[in-house]
Amino acid sequence: MAFSSDAVVHHPASLCFRPSLPRNRWNALLTVVVAVFSSIAVLPLVLVLGYVLFKGGSLISAELLTELPPPPGLDGGGIGNAILGTTIVTLVASLIAIPVGVGGGVYLAEYSRSGWFAQFVRFGTNVLSGVPSIICGVFIYGLIVSTRFFFGQSYSAMAGGVALSVLMLPTVIKTTDEALKLVPRELRLGAMGLGASQFVTITRITLPTAFTPIATGVVLGIARAAGETAPLIFTALFSPFWPEGLFNPIATMSVLIFNFAIMPYEAQNALAWAASFVLVLMILLANLFARWVARFTRV
Amino acid sequence: MTSTLTATQTCLSLEDVSIRYWNTEAVRGVHLAVPRHKVTAFIGPSGCGKSTVLRSLNRMNDLIEGCTLSGRVVFDGQDLYAKTVDPVEVRRRIGMVFQKPNPFPKTIYDNIAFGARINGYTGDMDELVERSLRKAALWDETKDKLSESGYALSGGQQQRLCIARTIAIDPEVILMDEPCSALDPISTLKIEEMIHELKNSYTIVIVTHNMQQAVRVSDMTGFFNVNTFSDRDAKVGCLEEFADTQTIFNSPQQKATQDYVSGRFG
Amino acid sequence: MVPMAAGARPELFTQRRRPLWELLIDRGFQKLVVLLASVVGLVLVGILFTVLGGSTEAIGRFGLGFLTTSNWDPIAEQYGAFTAIYGTVVSSLLALLIAVPLGVGTAIFLTENIIPLPIRQVLGVMVELLAAIPSVVLGLWAIFVMEPFLRPFLELLHTSLGWMPFFSTVPMGPGMAPAILILVVTVLPIITAISRDSLQQVPTELRQAAYGIGTTRWEAILQVILPAAVSGITGGVMLALGRAMGETMAVTMIIGNSNNFTLSLLAPGNTIASMLANQFGEADGFQVSALMYAALVLMLLTLVVNVLAQWIVRRLSLKYA
Repeated sequence: MAFSSDAVVHHPASLCFRPSLPRNRWNALLTVVVAVFSSIAVLPLVLVLGYVLFKGGSLISAELLTELPPPPGLDGGGIGNAILGTTIVTLVASLIAIPVGVGGGVYLAEYSRSGWFAQFVRFGTNVLSGVPSIICGVFIYGLIVSTRFFFGQSYSAMAGGVALSVLMLPTVIKTTDEALKLVPRELRLGAMGLGASQFVTITRITLPTAFTPIATGVVLGIARAAGETAPLIFTALFSPFWPEGLFNPIATMSVLIFNFAIMPYEAQNALAWAASFVLVLMILLANLFARWVARFTRV
Repeated sequence: MTSTLTATQTCLSLEDVSIRYWNTEAVRGVHLAVPRHKVTAFIGPSGCGKSTVLRSLNRMNDLIEGCTLSGRVVFDGQDLYAKTVDPVEVRRRIGMVFQKPNPFPKTIYDNIAFGARINGYTGDMDELVERSLRKAALWDETKDKLSESGYALSGGQQQRLCIARTIAIDPEVILMDEPCSALDPISTLKIEEMIHELKNSYTIVIVTHNMQQAVRVSDMTGFFNVNTFSDRDAKVGCLEEFADTQTIFNSPQQKATQDYVSGRFG
Repeated sequence: MVPMAAGARPELFTQRRRPLWELLIDRGFQKLVVLLASVVGLVLVGILFTVLGGSTEAIGRFGLGFLTTSNWDPIAEQYGAFTAIYGTVVSSLLALLIAVPLGVGTAIFLTENIIPLPIRQVLGVMVELLAAIPSVVLGLWAIFVMEPFLRPFLELLHTSLGWMPFFSTVPMGPGMAPAILILVVTVLPIITAISRDSLQQVPTELRQAAYGIGTTRWEAILQVILPAAVSGITGGVMLALGRAMGETMAVTMIIGNSNNFTLSLLAPGNTIASMLANQFGEADGFQVSALMYAALVLMLLTLVVNVLAQWIVRRLSLKYA
């Protein structure tokens, strides 16, 4: 027989594991290969997080969080306006995308039947979630910036917020739709059986029941939007000053990172790392928070 | 069979009711008069359409896509399926208890107050909650934990909570779709006792898989069966026989009924 | 005339008949929700019209020649997007070539009970967190950390394989190669997450059946489990392709943004998305129209890929339904 000749233990009918068999060698080899692949897959996360946390974290100070960025070539300054700007733009985006998205999700989960409109909305949501974020920027540029839609202003915080909301919309719709589908049908029937209208059933029974998964998904959507850059670079633009209302260009952390990373000045590069630190920390915290909340919800 | 009932005693009547899902006929040609303040049971093998007929009595079938009904369901002198009728109002007067206990994710108190508030209840809510729970024989077990979640109760208690919640809106008719099928024998017994009490105040229609239960709780019994009609290949449910429970179980007119109640099929 | 239930006081139920305002709220809410749902359609149509409308001028002037020429000269107002289109397609395909084995392999490692569950969960969360890192931060890291680290290796590639057109230029910093690698990082979490979901959905019975007839772990994975999960994985790969083609910031920051066409992966290049990100803010007049035309091409490319992805998932999943 073909297998190994140290026949001390192995006679032909032995059930002992023989590592030398080709199939067992393949087994071991492939296992090592996927283990290596997995290590490679998590390596970027470790490296990026490591650099951002150390390089950016070491720069964090009270001045950095509250001051304006310095003019090119000068040292010091901070990213206060960008932190405030990201908050404002993301807030505008949320105020638009959350009501519209939750409404769309409610339509899909509670009202839609198998007609063409429901299929169209479902398909459209999938298509929209695949539209590159830069195209959202181009769309809002064409719709709002170049037409000077808001009081004759071109680039504005408002335009940036609307662009981000287009990006958030499919996420919120899907999150709401999926969360509502987890609500047992019996609960709806129970409410209807008591003579509740569909409005009351949805607002008092189904939506509250699905609140946590919806909120979790929305928080993740907001976190993602806060880090988006492409839709903002030619809608919200950038500003070295404090925000001047919703209808003027505004600084955001993500655009600041982009602009300052490609500048040949070390002070600006450092601010880009610091802004990355703040942004990544915010996003990671939102993610961990959402995961933590999700552990308590088994509908 | 309706000869023993005069019109004033009839609460709900079905006149030539047929129900279909898309193109599939589920139930055909049901004629039935549900007497007021009595318990009417629907029995029959699975797939005979008894639950479908029950759900048609308060238009719960509207919530199922593709479900259509022909014929008339008359309640309080009105055809429930007339264009002008609001199904939501129908359900306020004809309440329903489901197969699986389905309390809302709210406190026990709010589970009961919810329906009453929807119905614009203006009286003393605490008193209504207590009265409904007492009627559902659940007050003693829950009076100290009204602010706990409805999910904290056992399955049988949850089902009684669902009945209490239906009682609280004070409907004229209560429909029960196999209310005990998910429960243990002791809970089942409690609910059956409750049905006896409730029949003084309400008209009850109950679907049950359990023939003994039909004998124990009902005054009238409708036996549904699955038939094949010459014009269709598919099997269609229809009402085989409707009479006093005693008659159905002791001296049925139809052979199929006889076979079913004596346990020869189904 | 209707005898009311004993002990009941029906007069207390003031809304047994639905008051008009309640009816209006109910109907109004339904209309509102339908309206909100149609916003999705409006936005899509809006995007299409804006981009199409903005690019009509360029389409009229260059026609399909825009897709095959590669000079980009704002002064002479001559525009051709071939370099960017080529860059988009090549960078995303090469990135997938690397990311698919890595992602699917990781997904197998994370689902097939090779290591203890807690470690698998931690690894899984890490891959998901990688997806949460903003692409602009990846770009920053690529500029200051990855590219300097990578350059000696790319130089080695050039000196040893420089006779091939793909490695024919001296690496000078930003370029196609680092852009492809950063694209791998951005699509890896998608491929891993979707492959993992698909593998987890393979019924346990199927695994047991395979192990029950005496297969080794990898015989079961390669011949039973992977084929059963292939629809989801393929769909995931297609979605990742769409994402890679539209990926903007990280690529823009590291690709070098050159419109000169070259086969060399070590030279600076361009993608449609990076070209838009770089030029849109400062463009005016006719250049905007040319950029809109490029945006239209990108949109159609990603649209086709995404629709195909959905179609594949639906088509292939029937086999194992």
